[in-house]
Amino acid sequence: MMSVAVVAVSIMLAVAGAGAIYRIARGPSILDRVLASDVLLAIVGAALVTDMIVYRNLDYLALLVAISLIGFIGSVTVARFVTDRR
Amino acid sequence: MEETVYDAITAVLMLGGALMSLAAAIGLMRFPDLLSRMHAATKPQVLGLLLFLLALAVEFRSWKLLPVLAVVWIFMLLTAPVSAHMVGRAGYRTKHLRPELLVIDELDDVVERAQRLLREAEEEVLEDDEDDPQVDDDPGHTYTGELDDDEMLRSRGTAAGGLNSNAQRPGQNPEG
Repeated sequence: MMSVAVVAVSIMLAVAGAGAIYRIARGPSILDRVLASDVLLAIVGAALVTDMIVYRNLDYLALLVAISLIGFIGSVTVARFVTDRR
Repeated sequence: MEETVYDAITAVLMLGGALMSLAAAIGLMRFPDLLSRMHAATKPQVLGLLLFLLALAVEFRSWKLLPVLAVVWIFMLLTAPVSAHMVGRAGYRTKHLRPELLVIDELDDVVERAQRLLREAEEEVLEDDEDDPQVDDDPGHTYTGELDDDEMLRSRGTAAGGLNSNAQRPGQNPEG
């Protein structure tokens, strides 16, 4: 049962990551791109947690903390310097 | 038996978090403009992350793990609104939105009033350049004080009663 759930979670996260990457590539403005990259970062964090649960290790905890900080810095910086150009 | 229950809880929490991520991606792909995409994008950042961290805590059941997970989630909870505020403000200022999709734009009249006040101030500064006794009489005044005085004089003298007084609050800074 656990393995079925893990496969389903992996597929959903992969589809979600593909959607976020689609919006990064397509997005009409840079704000759309930075928003989608935030979502992609959250999805990467979710994938790290899934990995830790499946293989029963705790290797990526520091990386998880770093991810929750780096997304903030990136989006605030980009939003600070965005201009009127689409 | 107990392991099975914990595994089931973990699986359900992970599935919920993955559904949040999937919903955010579908919203990112299908929603029409920046503000509605921002609405979809916040789901995996806060609730999805919470569900995944709870799954991790249930799976490991260790007290040493909880402070780290709390730090991760609190960081996300503190930083997600700030970045969303910055992105939304930059999007509003640079017109990255579709006004026909908005039900109400509460900043619209504030921005319009600020622009009108700015325009009037620029015009009056241009007029005052030739001969203005107030400038010579009172050299210590600030720029905004001059704007306030002229605004009050003008509305009191020429357009008395024409403009309602509560529509003009020149000291307010609407964009702050």
